[in-house]
Amino acid sequence: MTIEVRNLVKKFGSFAALDGVDLKVDNGELLALLGPSGSGKTTLLRIIAGLDWPDSGEVSFNGEDALAQGARERHVGFVFQHYALFRHMTVFENVAFGLRVQPRAVRKEEAAIRARVKELLDLVQLDWLADRYPSQLSGGQRQRIALARALAIEPRILLLDEPFGALDAKVRKELRRWLRSLHHEINVTSIFVTHDQEEALEVANRVVVMDKGRIEQIGSPDDVYESPATAFVHGFIGESIELPVQIANGVVQLGDRPLQLAADGLAPGASKLFVRRHDMLVGPPGSGAFEGAVQHVRNFGPVQRAEVALSGGETIEIDAPRDRELHVGDRIGLEPRRYRIFAG
Amino acid sequence: MTMQIADSVSLSSPDAKARAHAAAARDNLRTEPRAVRIVIITLAVLFLSVFVVLPLVVVFAQAFSKGILAYLAALAEPEALAAIKLTLLVAAISVGLNLVFGLVAAWAIAKFDFSGKTFLITLIDLPFSVSPVISGLVFVLLFGAQGYFGGWLRDHDIQILFAVPGIALATTFVTFPFVARALIPLMQEQGTQEEEAAISLGASGLQTFFRVTLPNIKWGVLYGVLLCNARAMGEFGAVSVVSGHIRGETNTMPLLVEILYNEYQFVAAFAIASLLAMLALITLIAKTVLERHLDEGQDASDH
Amino acid sequence: MGLTLSWLSIIILIPLAGLFLKSLELSPEQFWNILSSRRTLNALRVSFGLAFAAACVNLVMGSIIVWALVRYRFPGRRIFDAIVDVPFALPTAVAGVALTALFAEKGWLGAPLAALGIKVAFTPVGIFVAMIFIGIPFVVRTVQPVLQDLDPEIEEAAGSLGASRWQTISRVILPSLGPALLTGLALAFARAVGEYGSVIFIAGNLPNVSEIAPLLIVIRLSEFRYADATAIAVVMLVVSFVVIFAVNRLQRWAQSRIPAR
Repeated sequence: MTIEVRNLVKKFGSFAALDGVDLKVDNGELLALLGPSGSGKTTLLRIIAGLDWPDSGEVSFNGEDALAQGARERHVGFVFQHYALFRHMTVFENVAFGLRVQPRAVRKEEAAIRARVKELLDLVQLDWLADRYPSQLSGGQRQRIALARALAIEPRILLLDEPFGALDAKVRKELRRWLRSLHHEINVTSIFVTHDQEEALEVANRVVVMDKGRIEQIGSPDDVYESPATAFVHGFIGESIELPVQIANGVVQLGDRPLQLAADGLAPGASKLFVRRHDMLVGPPGSGAFEGAVQHVRNFGPVQRAEVALSGGETIEIDAPRDRELHVGDRIGLEPRRYRIFAG
Repeated sequence: MTMQIADSVSLSSPDAKARAHAAAARDNLRTEPRAVRIVIITLAVLFLSVFVVLPLVVVFAQAFSKGILAYLAALAEPEALAAIKLTLLVAAISVGLNLVFGLVAAWAIAKFDFSGKTFLITLIDLPFSVSPVISGLVFVLLFGAQGYFGGWLRDHDIQILFAVPGIALATTFVTFPFVARALIPLMQEQGTQEEEAAISLGASGLQTFFRVTLPNIKWGVLYGVLLCNARAMGEFGAVSVVSGHIRGETNTMPLLVEILYNEYQFVAAFAIASLLAMLALITLIAKTVLERHLDEGQDASDH
Repeated sequence: MGLTLSWLSIIILIPLAGLFLKSLELSPEQFWNILSSRRTLNALRVSFGLAFAAACVNLVMGSIIVWALVRYRFPGRRIFDAIVDVPFALPTAVAGVALTALFAEKGWLGAPLAALGIKVAFTPVGIFVAMIFIGIPFVVRTVQPVLQDLDPEIEEAAGSLGASRWQTISRVILPSLGPALLTGLALAFARAVGEYGSVIFIAGNLPNVSEIAPLLIVIRLSEFRYADATAIAVVMLVVSFVVIFAVNRLQRWAQSRIPAR
């Protein structure tokens, strides 16, 4: 199933949750909608599911207008952030729900329903919990039951809202890997919403980065990490150093000091310089584009994180390998191995 | 004719059809079709109007059916004044007693753990679910002429039944749960941390109670007292059994309503009833205001 | 602590213990004779039967009222919300005379009903009406907070799984409200069974027909037939105990959601 979203706009009062969103999702993709809270990612997901309606724009599944259908007819599996399991039903009945409410003409026989539920519980590896109630399950188990319930209706599309948001760190990591392999197995076009970049980069084939109701960048995890398209994406993904710079006469200036950085093709005016923390190479004083004094050093496993006061007055944090030991008070030169400059 | 053409054009356009479908689909995921909504609202409003609003209106309509002068004259009767005085006295006694013991009971239940706690809570609730007539009956069995303490009381010339003490006792019994019930959840939610902090800072038990516990629950106390008072003034069944209906002496307002009504003095009966109805309305308004205070207090402690 | 327990026992336990002690003075045979007399049986039947019927009406109408108050917006909603508590706050004697005046043959509602050939006041129907009046807040106030707190996502989940609105209501919402609905039913029933003030004016109080059990207790007391009064009271009290016990169990079960199998 392919999904196409064209020029979607959704306002809540004067707040634009979605401000002209275009998106194409290919068959069998596992797509992440990544963005801070309020970026419109959940609204987009709910509109695709038929739980919300846009003010304008189009949504189509396989080229067919999806907005003409209500949530009931869309055959979209939706996994809610807090699972929304039916508390008064056993795990088994929760998963069977979508099969039992089908119109009589197409409803499966009881034996077939039982077999299908069993199959789904096996798929999520929780068949031994069939007779429990949701309140008796752990967070991770509830998550997987919610997924099995959504899969029961053989959805054309699977949508997951912050699927790991309510879980603790360890369970999260396990479930991420599990979700990837499950997607590989069932191969349903899937979209999940997350505010956690690590989650998006690790699980998805493609990542859609959103901010303020707009899409900032669409690309593979490598793309959005290695070549961020906008200042927002660079700042949001990965740990970045952000410095306000001026472009004048083909020279990059920090404050009133020119930096030894190429400014080819950059428009003059105020801009932002982004460098990943680990892309700042440490050398002797005077060796790089920047110079500064080490103020503070902490060790994090393979790297040391140093706070450096630049000569221009700004303080930045860099991650350097442990082989060249830094000490408080050292004067060092810094050369960005890679950097990007965005206007604005 | 032109309208018909316009209709068929808009329906045959696939886009318009899709939109119409979507509009329908969007409406019924978390709510019902408009017609169903209207039916439900109408049923609810109609039911409440017939069963709750109308009886209330009837009280005042009947009370003023012979004009305001007849109304005032009925209230100025010595019998009416005596009943009002007795009602206030009984309410004051039972609210006072239940305030003290409700506070203590709620405090013990909310701040301490002991065996039999669930039983105690059930016990506190009991007067809610016992018929008021039975509540009156038990006091007759205890203090009546043939009762367990009847002989002893007669020997010592103490009159409980068919006198103010009996009325006050029965009223206290039926209104017992109100204060404790209002306070238990409130005090449980607040926990014991603030008290422990106060004690660790050197406050005595009583100081802790008056300076920490009480200010925290003052709206809850007021809420319990309000409901307790309303029920105390309006209690009928239990009081009817123990009062003996001695005119001018042991008739509370609700009992007087009954007597006057049975004597076909409708204006007088409904005049007294209108005072009680007004008490109920004021209680409800005050309750709504207090509930807002209580909600705010909870919100504040949540954040 | 000690004070609490002693106060509670003085005010609640001793009187009730007195009642049971008194009933123990009766031989089982005497006890049975009192209860099996035609008038007692009829009074109990009227009280329990009509109270149950009224509680059922309250269950249905209470659910409709809760649904309207929680889910819909309409003019006067807040006022109607507050009005639900009137039967709770209005002294029962006032409610009794008011309902009688309203449903008497010349009353505002009694007259049109009489024209249709329906007599309410001074018949068992009147008792039924009074019991509906006093029971309605119990259902509304137990169910309302539960419906308010119901997670909207479970309805969306049901919808996206293909359930029709009616399926969502009957299979998801109503079962979620189930314990609260049963609690409301039990509370309304318990209240109506014991109700005295609002019923006796409208009842007509004809023995065997429209005489409620609490009134029979009062009558037996005024005849100084204390044993009869006590026996009837004990039966009613035991039923109250059972109802409270059931309600407490129900609430604990609803909180844990572990099936009581």
